[in-house]
Amino acid sequence: MRKLFKFHGGVYPPTRKAESTRTPIVTAALPSKLVIPLHQHVGSRAKPVVQIGERVLKGQIIGKPESRLSSAVHASTSGTVSAIDTQLVAHHSGLPDLCITLIPDGKDEWIAHSGVDYKQTQHSELRHLLRQHGIVGLGGAVFPSDLKAYSHKHKIKTLVINGAECEPYITCDDMLMRERASDILRGAEVLRELLYAEEVLIGIEDNKPEAITAMRHAIQSELHERMEVVTVPTIYPGGGAKQLIRVLTGIEVAAGVRSTEKGMQCFNVATAYSIWRAITHGEPLLSRIITVTGNVDRAQNFEVLLGTPVNELIAQAGARADTDKHIMGGPMMGVQLPSAQVSVTKATNCIIESSPALFPPPLPALPCIRCIRCADVCPAELQPQDLFWFAKSNNFVKAEEFHLFDCIECGACAYVCPSNIPLVNYYRYAKSEILAREQEAKAAEAARERHEYRQFRIEREKQEKAAKLAQKEKAALAAKAAAATPAIIDADDEDAVQKRIDAAMARAKEQAAANIPKNTDTLTPEQQAEISMIEARRAKAHELASSEDKN
Amino acid sequence: MWITPFITKSSSVSQIMLRVLLALIPGIALYVWHFGPAILVSITLASLTALATEALMLKLRNRPLKPFLSDNSALLTAWLLALSIPSLAPWWLVVVGTAFAIAVSKHLYGGLGNNPFNPAMIGYAALIISFPAHMTHWLTPNALGGFELSFSEQLNYIFTMVLPDGRTLDAITMATPLDTLKTQLQLGHAVSAVREMPIFGYLAGKGGEMVALGFAVGGAYLLLARIISWHLPVAFLVSLFATAGIFHLIDPAHYVAPLFHLFSGAAIMGAFFILTDPVTSPTTIKGKFIFAAGAGVLTYLIRTFGGFPDGVAFGVLLMNICVPLLDAWTQPKVFGKKGGGK
Repeated sequence: MRKLFKFHGGVYPPTRKAESTRTPIVTAALPSKLVIPLHQHVGSRAKPVVQIGERVLKGQIIGKPESRLSSAVHASTSGTVSAIDTQLVAHHSGLPDLCITLIPDGKDEWIAHSGVDYKQTQHSELRHLLRQHGIVGLGGAVFPSDLKAYSHKHKIKTLVINGAECEPYITCDDMLMRERASDILRGAEVLRELLYAEEVLIGIEDNKPEAITAMRHAIQSELHERMEVVTVPTIYPGGGAKQLIRVLTGIEVAAGVRSTEKGMQCFNVATAYSIWRAITHGEPLLSRIITVTGNVDRAQNFEVLLGTPVNELIAQAGARADTDKHIMGGPMMGVQLPSAQVSVTKATNCIIESSPALFPPPLPALPCIRCIRCADVCPAELQPQDLFWFAKSNNFVKAEEFHLFDCIECGACAYVCPSNIPLVNYYRYAKSEILAREQEAKAAEAARERHEYRQFRIEREKQEKAAKLAQKEKAALAAKAAAATPAIIDADDEDAVQKRIDAAMARAKEQAAANIPKNTDTLTPEQQAEISMIEARRAKAHELASSEDKN
Repeated sequence: MWITPFITKSSSVSQIMLRVLLALIPGIALYVWHFGPAILVSITLASLTALATEALMLKLRNRPLKPFLSDNSALLTAWLLALSIPSLAPWWLVVVGTAFAIAVSKHLYGGLGNNPFNPAMIGYAALIISFPAHMTHWLTPNALGGFELSFSEQLNYIFTMVLPDGRTLDAITMATPLDTLKTQLQLGHAVSAVREMPIFGYLAGKGGEMVALGFAVGGAYLLLARIISWHLPVAFLVSLFATAGIFHLIDPAHYVAPLFHLFSGAAIMGAFFILTDPVTSPTTIKGKFIFAAGAGVLTYLIRTFGGFPDGVAFGVLLMNICVPLLDAWTQPKVFGKKGGGK
């Protein structure tokens, strides 16, 4: 038995996973349209590379990665691009984002694609493939995998494959492990190769015995070495990457520290699966497994094309009439969707149809009584009651001092709070305020620098002008002195006087020529004509006015 | 707005407070058994006063009545205060103490969750400073010929302060065992001789030690139900025991055995029900240890060298002052930042 470690705190909400694991994964029906957001990953939005009206094939890139931290977006099926515009998307901000709307032609016609043998391919090429195939973390973080499958300077000892799936209700990873264990493990091998990792540990919570059996069986039958399925206790948030690494290895990766610095890297099981499909079959990330559960008649897992509208998906699970909201993700960290019209993205692991009976509205919050049930369950070992106090009183300096940014927003604190305080929201509020203020301060600093530079520039120009003027005067004085010398000699020579006048006139003319030409000096004939007309009108008006004065 | 999580564990402040009230019942039952039912009258009086004062203050502060009146925290303050003052106290003493506790020490500081001092102990302190004489008339336990007054006679005294003809207050009440011990020691008697007096039982005062045992049972329930953590009660009792033990070892003739201190006065009730008030105690584990240990030492010092009959109230109040500082000084290291790699 492997020695397991504990992390501080954690909670045990009812898991409610049985409902959606009774039937195998079903391929969702082809939707009437696909609305594919170009920003389904952490980093820059992909740049649209198709035109409205263009026919695209399944797997064709429709959004190109824009910067280093970005990922490609593909047509999930063949069809015609009908719109490229901003639409509501499945994101907690509730803000609309650029999407490509695709009307499927029903042929599901693939673009030419083929895989590579990862053992015969350079690592840089493999990473490029991951990026081009739109592979991002499917556990919910959607961080581009090509950047994570790289060990920098640090030696990776352990590659952790995360199959813990600690959020209640969600079973997409569970079902994927039960049904497609082999491809997950092969994907893990690709990652091991990319990271030069010594061992692969697959963490699965003990409430998924079928998945554990399937994965162990696949390891044995396919002779994977230094790869082990480790059963971990069911506890929320035990599936957080840092918590799982802690449980498996005893190593704590602090906030702001890359796990690779501690010799660890962690990928979700579904990501590993997609990596295998992308590398060896050349299939980009076009679909994912999504649990549809909650207030539905047939809770189950679907393989869903990215961009499928949520309402078309939930209809297939038998959505009930009294559903009042749609939650993307689990009940602990999920996001309430702005509407069922939005489409599923790479981050959509679960849709919970919610009804007032299932998730009753929160009770009114009472004051904090400092009972520290929140601190007892906080996996980041923070003092949530203090952070709440600081956030509430806008004491952001103190909040940061008390490690506000170490908070992973898992919601364990709010889950146990007897005063029903929406603690996580206070932390989100404080974080966004701090970030906004930092940005403001940066902008103010930039404005100050700009202003100071402008002052400096004006001063410099003044000085330069003064210096020029002084030089000119000096030159003029010297010229005068040169001219004055003969003048004294022929004081009454009229010619000489005339010569001096001529010279002065010439200088004045020269000066005038040196000046910037008037804007009337370089006019086109049309402009000249216009000006003449204006002048004529002005003269007429003047005439009229003067004649009126006379009367 | 993005509000998560969508689910909560079914627990509430009122439920927590209710369970603490329930945990007081074994102690109260033994109180009634040993000292008669007068305590039930003062608990009722205190409860009614607490709810009325709470409602009035909420009204004045423009706060909703229902959520706060039903949070049971005022009731808990009332019960703890009633248990801290003599059960045969006149009605107005209970009313004044409770009203002061709720109005001044709770609502003037901002109500539930915002009071730096334990309201029940503030009520007790106000009474013992303002009406010291009334605070010393403790009913004699049943075993020592208590129950000399019938319940109706006791009720009559509580509401009219009139005793039946031929009875004096001194005949039916006595000083607390702690007080008696202190007075006798000051008169030059040795501990062993004083302990022979009939008011003392196995461990401490007759009757009182049993009530303390009842509170210990309630405390055990709170621990098992995870309403309170063990840190505060254990640190307090160990500290009180150790301080008393050191003095006892040095001079057993003048300093009573540590177990006597544990089972006297408000030590057990304080350990499980008063120190553990979450609002007025530290939130960090280190802070809890320092807080409770300090309260233990202070309790002993006030009991032994101070002028008050018991030291728990002032020990707790003095340590309440330190709570913000203790919390600030004892912040634990967070995940991944404990140093030393692992």
